[in-house]
Amino acid sequence: MKIAWKDVTVRFGPQIVLDHFSLEAHEGRSLVIIGGSGAGKSVTIKTALGLIKPGSGKVEIDGRAVKHNREDDPGVAQVGMLFQSGALFDSLPVWKNVAFRLLHAEHMNADEARERAMEALDQVDLDRDTADKRPNSLSGGMLKRAALARAIVGRPKILFFDEPTTGLDPVTADVINKLIRRQVKHFNATAVSITHDMASMRTIADDVAMIKEGAVLWRGPLSNVESCENPEVCRFVRGESDDA
Amino acid sequence: MNPVRALGAGVLALLQSIGAVTVFALETLYAAVRPPFFGGQLLQQLFRLGFLSLPVVGLTALFTGAALALNIYTGGSRFNAESFVPNIVSLGIVRELGPVIAALMVSGRVSSGIAAEIGAMRATEQIDALHTLATDPMRYLIVPRVIAGVIVLPLLVIVANLIGILGGFAVSVQTLDFDPSVYIKNTIDILERWDVLSGLIKAAVFGFLLTLMGCYHGYNAEGGAQGVGQAATNAVVSAAVLIFAANFLLTSLFV
Repeated sequence: MKIAWKDVTVRFGPQIVLDHFSLEAHEGRSLVIIGGSGAGKSVTIKTALGLIKPGSGKVEIDGRAVKHNREDDPGVAQVGMLFQSGALFDSLPVWKNVAFRLLHAEHMNADEARERAMEALDQVDLDRDTADKRPNSLSGGMLKRAALARAIVGRPKILFFDEPTTGLDPVTADVINKLIRRQVKHFNATAVSITHDMASMRTIADDVAMIKEGAVLWRGPLSNVESCENPEVCRFVRGESDDA
Repeated sequence: MNPVRALGAGVLALLQSIGAVTVFALETLYAAVRPPFFGGQLLQQLFRLGFLSLPVVGLTALFTGAALALNIYTGGSRFNAESFVPNIVSLGIVRELGPVIAALMVSGRVSSGIAAEIGAMRATEQIDALHTLATDPMRYLIVPRVIAGVIVLPLLVIVANLIGILGGFAVSVQTLDFDPSVYIKNTIDILERWDVLSGLIKAAVFGFLLTLMGCYHGYNAEGGAQGVGQAATNAVVSAAVLIFAANFLLTSLFV
């Protein structure tokens, strides 16, 4: 499935967050969006999820406009999202978190949903005995895996990842990056990630786009990122400040 | 700031809030009558809002009924009207104090709890997650809490009424030398069906208001932990104000 942001503008009061923003995520490829804090990365994903309504322009998935907060839109069923903090529901055990969509949106029976949840936990290398634990008893890495399991349990065609490795140690971050890469390839999904972690970008990206001040500064395949077509992109990727 | 401008800004902000709450209430009512319905969530909220509020409502009612009896006796003795204590205690509790005191105590416990819980969900993107999991947060979070409030408040008020009248009875018999059987007879004789019904209608309205305020402030919480705390405070304050305002309107209608 292809995602297209077409001349999207988003304002919060007087502040312009996305400014005539246009970008495409091609079917079956993993697009990583990078950029400084406040550049508009999270808002970009939220417009594609229908969580934020553009003031102008539109976001399309396979040519169909994304609707704002329409949970019954068929497109929502095709999407999996991994939030930065995991966003697991504290009052539910891990397996019910993972199977949430299956239980409440697809009305699957509890036994079948639990089995699907277990399969998803296996896919993210989480022990099945975490299934009955509460999210607040999990480590950061386990929380991210559980959240990833929830994102993939519905066999999505589109996957979004919001800062998937933030707050994780380098080893755990690498594990999560490889899990993401594996799941994206497994489902042949269109993936869009936002990250500050260049190691994460190098692991999961097919294409990279850099956003600055609400607009696309540069985009191209991963192989072109370090060729320094754009010096600003090059400095960002290398972690070099402007100070002499 | 110019005081006139400040006053104008305050009035506009108040009107904006009233409008936003009204829209939220209408969205909740609309969501409440359209599937899917989350029965499991409703049962959970009935337990949390209702059963777990029994101790605080019962204790409050007991002391309120006892204090009311003492005050009515003191006032009535100035007019040789001490014998009216059971009549006025039962009427006062059933028509007014039972619903209002129960609602205020429950709002302190429930409105703040709901606002904090839903506000924390907002701050940690759990509400956004519901949207991405094809689940309407209004139907999953808000509607079960509001419906539970409308159901449990009348039930809690029935308990509050009984315990409040019991409190008045205990004080009157033990301290004021009332004859128990005369007290009970006067309590029952004075009450009409509409006295009880009007109190229960008030309770249902109060239940709607206090849960709605908890949900509204939690759902719209901003600014992390501080915002969640502010939402909890605002929920209790706005619920209390609305309970008193609604009580006045309903009492005017029911007399």
